[in-house]
Parts: sequence; structure tokens; C-alpha cells
Amino acid sequence: MFPNLLLVHQAVLAAGPTDAGADIPPILIGLYVFVLATFVGFEVITKVPPTLHTPLMSGANAISGITIVGALFCARFFEPAVANVIGFCAVVFAMINVVGGFLVTNRMLLMFKKKN
Amino acid sequence: MQTLIHVLYMLASVLFIFGLKRMSKIKTSAQGNGMAALAMLIAIAATLMDLVSQGKIEWPFIIAGIVVGSAIGAWYALTVQMTQMPQMVGLFNGFGGLSSFLVGFSFFWENMIAHHGGETTAVALGADQAVTIALSIFVGGITFSGSLVAYAKLEGSILGKKVPDQPVLLPGRHVLNVALFLGAILVGWALAFLVQGSFVHFLTILVLSVIALAMGITLVIAIGGADMPVVISLLNSYSGIAASMTGFVIQNNLLIISGALVGSAGLILTNIMCKAMNRSLANVIFGGFGAVAATGGGKEGYTNVKSTGPEELAMILDAATKVIFVPGYGLAVAQAQHACRELGDMLEKKGVEVSYAIHPVAGRMPGHMNVLLAEANVPYDKLFEMDQINAEFKTTDVAIILGANDVVNPAALHDKNSPIYGMPILNVHEARTVVVVKRSLGAGFAGIRNELFDADNSLMFFSDAKKALTDVIEELKAV
Repeated sequence: MFPNLLLVHQAVLAAGPTDAGADIPPILIGLYVFVLATFVGFEVITKVPPTLHTPLMSGANAISGITIVGALFCARFFEPAVANVIGFCAVVFAMINVVGGFLVTNRMLLMFKKKN
Repeated sequence: MQTLIHVLYMLASVLFIFGLKRMSKIKTSAQGNGMAALAMLIAIAATLMDLVSQGKIEWPFIIAGIVVGSAIGAWYALTVQMTQMPQMVGLFNGFGGLSSFLVGFSFFWENMIAHHGGETTAVALGADQAVTIALSIFVGGITFSGSLVAYAKLEGSILGKKVPDQPVLLPGRHVLNVALFLGAILVGWALAFLVQGSFVHFLTILVLSVIALAMGITLVIAIGGADMPVVISLLNSYSGIAASMTGFVIQNNLLIISGALVGSAGLILTNIMCKAMNRSLANVIFGGFGAVAATGGGKEGYTNVKSTGPEELAMILDAATKVIFVPGYGLAVAQAQHACRELGDMLEKKGVEVSYAIHPVAGRMPGHMNVLLAEANVPYDKLFEMDQINAEFKTTDVAIILGANDVVNPAALHDKNSPIYGMPILNVHEARTVVVVKRSLGAGFAGIRNELFDADNSLMFFSDAKKALTDVIEELKAV
């Protein structure tokens, strides 16, 4: 269910006793990914200069629009119609977040750049 | 096909990580933003491929959604004024949260309400998904309504109604918040493990949604304007966590990874903001700071106030060799950034050394002053952080405070009884002359007397920041 983590999964399997881990629930693998990604985030974003506080925030905000992936899945159903309509709304709001977020971040960063 | 799609998702995750890394350095930031945008494009393309390969896709619906959302987003991003940036970031945080909330809701509707088998959610979908659906509704809902309140406070109004900047403290709000939180756990648990049948499921998810939305409101409504930098960063973090929760629901690692990255980026900024005020996150969120205000403010308590005007300030500046501007929220309100740059340029032409001192929590969002001054074409190498410039004030002839208050109050350094004691401040009082441009002697956000106004070396210039600067520019031309 988490094929991009197949390697991690296999490593976990290899490390444990042969019969353990045969069915690690997806939520646990998801948690591994979540915790590790949080640490990656903390490590990668070190010492942000104050000039970049706002662009970093609006850029990160645009990234949180990744929920568009889920929204597209929800909008695809023809039946049941209600779930479809809710999914459609989710697509609209996620796209506002994504397109608006990246564009406005770019606008700000160009503003910083032109004086250099 | 599935392999290709997942390779693309992985590529997008890697690009998001590189993008964020580059976004935290000035030279590479625009490139980093581009990489993140490319990652998003890849993610969307891969998702559409996935839907096509599964043979069930409603193109008109999906394309309409993408086009409408993109158009609104692009229009807003390209027309928004830089002074409105805090509320825009606040609003977009809310949209991200709302989208996660809706995905959870839609997923639940499709699987549990429309196609019910009379089972509990945990039996039908597994405990994992049952719990994460409740979480994505909860976190997404809080992010949405909390951001809307933040937006309303920053904009000063919502739907034509005026919204005060001050904290609104509901009676018994701590009890209320705890009750809502416990209620959310209880209802979330019921949604996952207890209730069955379409109608009951519908009612339960509705109650959970209402609790989440109410909690976002009660939490943010209690926080005042000057604490907004913390709140905005925290909501930014929440919008990431909400996306992660959605990732758990639809079992997609890309969402979990990107959401977690945003979550940590938001937390890093939150932490920077809290440190800059020497307060804990809990104190900002539950403290209701500033609500006790208006006791120490007003004209009382000041004995040595000397006021000044454009002519005198122009003369002082004409004789100066080193000037530091200290912008605050008042600069943003008066939209005085262009006038400020103009005066700065004029002084530089006269051979004066000009720089700008930026307190980390000046304004209403992290980096607010930097964005405003950049809009007015002030080169960013003239903007200095608190630690870099504090030693400079001793050798400065004139420090001009433009609508900042608590962040330049020397009481924070020595008065142990002051509520802001221990907060790092800009040491403007060490300058030879301090000119405070401010509309009145009214107290700042912390609601306390600012002893700077009484100091022997300070002059009060009672005016709107923009008008004051324009008048001084006129006077200087005449000198």
C-alpha cells in the first residue's frame, strides 16, 4: 500500500525475526514516514534569514496544498454525487492554495532579487 | 503503471525537500519555490494518470475544479497588495485546511454514508483509516476556522462587519476549550468505533465538524493582533499536519511527507517568533496577553514628554551622519514604506549612513517588515536583525521609530515587574536622539507605559507615519 517505502519495509522485515512484521499495518509505516519527514524538515530548514520568513511561510503553505491529490481522488466519483460535489470543492480550495501560494511567493522573491 | 506513478510521487517528495532547503537561503529561494511548484505539478499529473489507469474519472468535474481554483488563486496572488500579505497568508492557510477537511468528509461520505453496510467505520475500513478520517476532519476544521478568524482580525473586518484587533476573552474559555477537546476525542472515537448506519454516521461526523470549527474559533479569537506572527506560523504548521492526516486517510506517502515538511517549517517559525518575545507557545495561546491592557496607557504616567515636528526633525537629520529607521506595525497601517525609502535615499545622497533595524516580531506576521520594505525597493542588505544592529545604536545620531512600541521599550531590559521583562528589544534608547513617530501616547499591545517616551534623549512626533515622513522630506528639500 506504500510501494515507495517498499525498501524500508523490506529492511524492516529483514531486520526483524522471520515471522514478525509479515503484516505491519499501513498506519505504522505511515507513521515512520511522518516522523522521519518531520525530522528532515527540521534539518533542511535551518537558520532562515528574517527576510525569508514570509516567503518561506507562503511557500510552505502552497506545499500544504498537496492535499489536492486527495481532493482529485474524491472528485472522480460519479456516484455517489454528494461525495463528488464535496470533492469538487476540495479541488477548488486546494488549487487556490497551490496556485495562489506559489505565485505570491514568487512575486515576493522577485522583489527581493531585483535589488541584488 | 502503478510503479511509474509511485516513482513520480517519490520524485515529487524529493523535489519538495530540495525546494524547501533552497527556500531558506536568499540566493536560491526563487529557484526553491520553482522546484516546489514543479513537484506539485508532477504530483497532480501522477494523480491524474492514476485515476485514468483506474478507469474512473469525471473529467469535466475535475478540470472545472482545477481551472476555477487556479484562476481564483492566480487572480488573488497577482492583485494582492504587499500590505495585505498577512491576511492573504492567513486565508490560504485556511483553504489548505478546508481542503483537507473536505477530503476527509468526502471519503467518509463515499465509504460510510452512501455505501453503508451497517458496520462501524473501524470494521468497514479498518481502525487505521477510521481514526485518521476523524483526525483529518478535526485538524482540517481547526485550521480552517482558526485561519478565518486570523484573517478577519488582520483584515479588520469580515463580510462587512468590523472585527477588533484585541483578544476576545470568552468567560470560562479554558474550560470551554478543554470541553471541546474532550468532546472531539469522544465523538471522534464514536465515529471510528461505535456508531453504525448512514444517518447516525452523518450526524456524528457533523457534530465532530462543528466541534473542530468551534475550537478553531475559540482558540484564535483569544489572541490579539501583535501575537499574530505566532498564530499565523502555527496555523501554517497545522495546515501541513492536516495534509499529512489526509495522506493517512488515502494512504499516500507523498501527502504524509509534504505535510510533515510544512508542519516542521511552521513549527520552526513559531519557535523563532516565541523566542523573539521571550514567551512560551502556551503563554501566547492561552495567556490572553494584552487583554488586561489600557490600564498603564494614556497620558498619565508621562512627565517628560517633548514633542517635535517636521522642521525640527529635518534640522536634526540634516546634521546627522548615521540614522537608523525602526519600522513597526504603524508603518504597515500607514502604508509608509515608500515614504520611508524616499527619506532614506535622500539622506544617503547627503552622505548619511542609513540602515533599518527589524525586530523579529515587528508587524503581524514573520518577516512582515522585510516584505514591505522590499516592496519599496529598500535593498535587503540595509535591513538588519536585532542581534546584528543592537551594538550600532550607541554610535547612532538619530533613531527614527515608525509605529513600533513594545519592541523598543527599555523596561524589558531592567524592570522585573514589567510584563514584557526579558523580551529582547532593539536598544534604540542608546542612540543620541530618538524620534518616536506615533499617533498618540497610547499604550502598545502589551498595554504598558513605554519609558522610552519619557527619556531625555527622545522626542515624540505625533503623526501618522506616512504624513510625518512626507512632511520631513518636504522640509529637508527646503534646507
